[in-house]
Amino acid sequence: MNAEAQDPQKIRDKPSETLESVVIRFAGDSGDGMQLTGSQFTATSAIVGNDLATLPDFPAEIRAPAGTLPGVSGFQIHFSSDDISTPGDAPDVLVAMNPAALKVNLRDLKPGGVIIANANAFTAGDLKKAGYAASPLEDGSLEGYRLIKVELSRLTRSALEKTGLDTRSIDRCKNFFALGMMYWLYTRPLEPTLRWLEEKFAKQPVLLEANALALKAGSTFAEATELFAVNYIVPPARLAPGRYRNVSGNAALAMGLIAASERSGLKMLLGSYPITPASDILHELSAHKNFHVMTFQAEDEIAAIGAALGASFAGTLGVTTTSGPGVALKTEMLGLATTAELPLVVVNVQRGGPSTGLPTKTEQADLLQALFGRNSEAPIPVLAAATPSDCFAMAYEACRVAVAHMTPVFLLTDGYLANGAEPWKLPSVDSLPPIPVRFHTDPEGFHPFARDPESLVRPWAIPGTPGLEHRIGGLEKQDVTGNVSYDPANHERMVRARAEKVERIAKDIPAQVVEGDPDGDLLIVGWGSTYGAIAAAIRRRRAGGSDARIGHVHLRYLNPLPLNLGEIVRRYRKVLVPELNMGQLLWVLRARFLIDAVGLNKIQGRPFTEGEILAKMNAVLED
Amino acid sequence: MNLTKIDGGAATGGDRPVLAKKDFQSDQEVRWCPGCGDYAVLNAVQTVFPELGIPREKFVVVSGIGCSSRFPYYVNTFGFHTVHGRAPAIATGIKLANPELSVWVATGDGDALSIGGNHIIHALRRNVDLKILMFNNRIYGLTKGQYSPTSEQFKKTKSTPFGSLDRPFEPISLALGAGATFVARSVDVFSQHLREVLRRAAAHRGSAFIEILQNCPIFNDGAWEPWTDREIRDDRMLSLEDGKPLIFGKDRNHGIVRGEGGLHVVDLGGPEAADGSGLVVHDAKREDPALAFEIAHAGTREGFPMPIGIFRAVDYPPFETLMNDQMREIREKKGAGSLEKLLASGETWEVSA
Repeated sequence: MNAEAQDPQKIRDKPSETLESVVIRFAGDSGDGMQLTGSQFTATSAIVGNDLATLPDFPAEIRAPAGTLPGVSGFQIHFSSDDISTPGDAPDVLVAMNPAALKVNLRDLKPGGVIIANANAFTAGDLKKAGYAASPLEDGSLEGYRLIKVELSRLTRSALEKTGLDTRSIDRCKNFFALGMMYWLYTRPLEPTLRWLEEKFAKQPVLLEANALALKAGSTFAEATELFAVNYIVPPARLAPGRYRNVSGNAALAMGLIAASERSGLKMLLGSYPITPASDILHELSAHKNFHVMTFQAEDEIAAIGAALGASFAGTLGVTTTSGPGVALKTEMLGLATTAELPLVVVNVQRGGPSTGLPTKTEQADLLQALFGRNSEAPIPVLAAATPSDCFAMAYEACRVAVAHMTPVFLLTDGYLANGAEPWKLPSVDSLPPIPVRFHTDPEGFHPFARDPESLVRPWAIPGTPGLEHRIGGLEKQDVTGNVSYDPANHERMVRARAEKVERIAKDIPAQVVEGDPDGDLLIVGWGSTYGAIAAAIRRRRAGGSDARIGHVHLRYLNPLPLNLGEIVRRYRKVLVPELNMGQLLWVLRARFLIDAVGLNKIQGRPFTEGEILAKMNAVLED
Repeated sequence: MNLTKIDGGAATGGDRPVLAKKDFQSDQEVRWCPGCGDYAVLNAVQTVFPELGIPREKFVVVSGIGCSSRFPYYVNTFGFHTVHGRAPAIATGIKLANPELSVWVATGDGDALSIGGNHIIHALRRNVDLKILMFNNRIYGLTKGQYSPTSEQFKKTKSTPFGSLDRPFEPISLALGAGATFVARSVDVFSQHLREVLRRAAAHRGSAFIEILQNCPIFNDGAWEPWTDREIRDDRMLSLEDGKPLIFGKDRNHGIVRGEGGLHVVDLGGPEAADGSGLVVHDAKREDPALAFEIAHAGTREGFPMPIGIFRAVDYPPFETLMNDQMREIREKKGAGSLEKLLASGETWEVSA
């Protein structure tokens, strides 16, 4: 069955045009199902083979008053036949389900861009709620754009009148009508969404039928109507050969944890307390209990990390997932994990702060918290994922480092990575690096704090092992024996040993790779979710015929830093550090390497656009 | 004071050596103040552990912060001295990770009821199989003498020179309110009674909350003497015995009846309960904790004896058992998880060269 066959009202063939890439933003009220619509368009675009990147953007309120500006929820997708790495600076197409969605999003739309508006929603009441004196659909204010008015609500009601559903339920299907229209306009198949609906509404046949009908009606309407003269083809991207799926950062991260448990043979305990934007990791892991990952929704953030640490003491790898405010609460337990020298993985899906800040928006301002945010000398390795699919690799790596080096490990992601999606070439399970686990069993000469001479790692001696009974805790421990010690010289020795142990992890991580020119005019150093925007900006500058020699270093290990980083940063005339904070990595690099690096800093709860990075890059190069 | 004896089991499992008290004494010098009630509790624990038939390496003692939280260092088992108030959370992770371990929590009135109040109630409501020993000396000892959440109102301490304004917790009521399945109270110096309570707690399936009235000779000396003093204890304390009427007094001449306004004390020589038939009968196995709560709460009233013994002991599946059963059932239903299948779940597509 394909879309054509379902279309009895086909009037005439319309011509198709081929585009390289398109950016669409779906925007509507929080209750309009825009995140769902965007995810479906994303999944289908992935299946047809486009490269893509997404930016969901939704309010912290679950349902702000309907029709108001704070209640607007948006989902941007950039899909392409070329290699892309950002959700696009400015949408080509804005689908606006109500006046508020138009008002909030219009400023981002490209000049001359397409607006598809639900004409039925531009009522006097909703116009007033959005702060419009007159309807922008009628007053000529949208002259600089291509405005397409569609009576989405009326058309959906008429398509679904025979379903027997009440009007309110029918109105809730209008996002699928809009999705159907967009599928026709960009020649995407309806089947993946129809399959998804069948699964989702398997037990609610009426809703299945209604949504499927709305989807098909939207597609049919788009084909039949005079409003659309052509439709567009965005051919598959030339991705590396292999099997692909679409994946979000949080889903990838959850799978990375499961993979680490499977490959190491270690049971895992996730202790977590719900917090935006990290909760989906808890949801994902709790749905896969046929693996060996227990999920424990604790009474608070402290109990979440406490249970994880207790599990690690008992030989099950403890993991805790949270966001910045949660990390703040876990701080004391992190100190204990550091001094007890137990493996533990702490995932911080960063969001705008301080305090509650911008819960649903992205930011990278917890780097210094991860590096230093504990009392006294409490070094913790810090890793960061660069893209949604990289969350898989780095979650796996965080587990490996924690177990190999008997230490808590921070993994930083952020709201943009967590909810953003991209095509992911599935890794072969056999190619994942081994995670060797050695529980100490020999009572002969056993000391809980006797260190491996190379790595300075202490033995993992778990309860239940005969002859290894011992006590550890937060009090300073005597070197080797682990007995409580207040000896001054011993304290300094232990502080230095814990620091040195973490420093030596640098020998166990890959050397830093430079993308682009290995030396020259400008080095851009990034970390975390800015990877796509930096890479795209450099590509764009090259495409413009620039002969400047530019390198890109993207740090996935922030503590310890790769051993060759100091040498790399000195090979360029200038170093630029773009960050979604006030300059935290910049501060580290300047302090560590005594270089006059400059920052590009944005603290708006939104990722960088390519254009922003390109402009700064150009300015620094011309300076 | 006596409790119905139960069989604690013998430590003679297979070819394993029979354990003795000294096997549970660590090589660390005990550093509590001379005369501290903690010594008696340590002694009781080291006496009872070898009786339980559990190999030494399967014991874990977890603590938070405070005088009593030094406990793990002195018991030669696995031990973890953790963060102030958080021992129940850490112990929960240990028990989930390995349900075969016998996990004991040593905590105090400040550690458990003040900074760790949240964790204690949640560990109890989940019924994690932890044995929580709460040393109650009604004072902060390690920080040198501030009032605690069990200190009596208007108590003058270092931080309350004009008297504290806080009303105290009644720990047994708190534990019962949290849904604890085993709730008991004993006294540091009642060594037989304390050991028996520990044995009963060890035999209980699920979380056990044991309040131990403990003397701090430095900052709150004699805090429990109005009840526990040898001369008056029989008249001031009420030993709860399962299936038996609530009777106390040196001459066993007082009983507890339910009357107008709840429980109250009657003279068994008087007309109200001369034949003993109207007395309240203790039943720790009652599903409804209301009576236990009433007894515990009445104990805070002037003229009512302080109840000790087992207030509640009901059987309910422990959290870690439910967790592991659920995981096993899901594995049986869905089959063991396959990483390859997980990664390739949802829609996938092939890109050819």
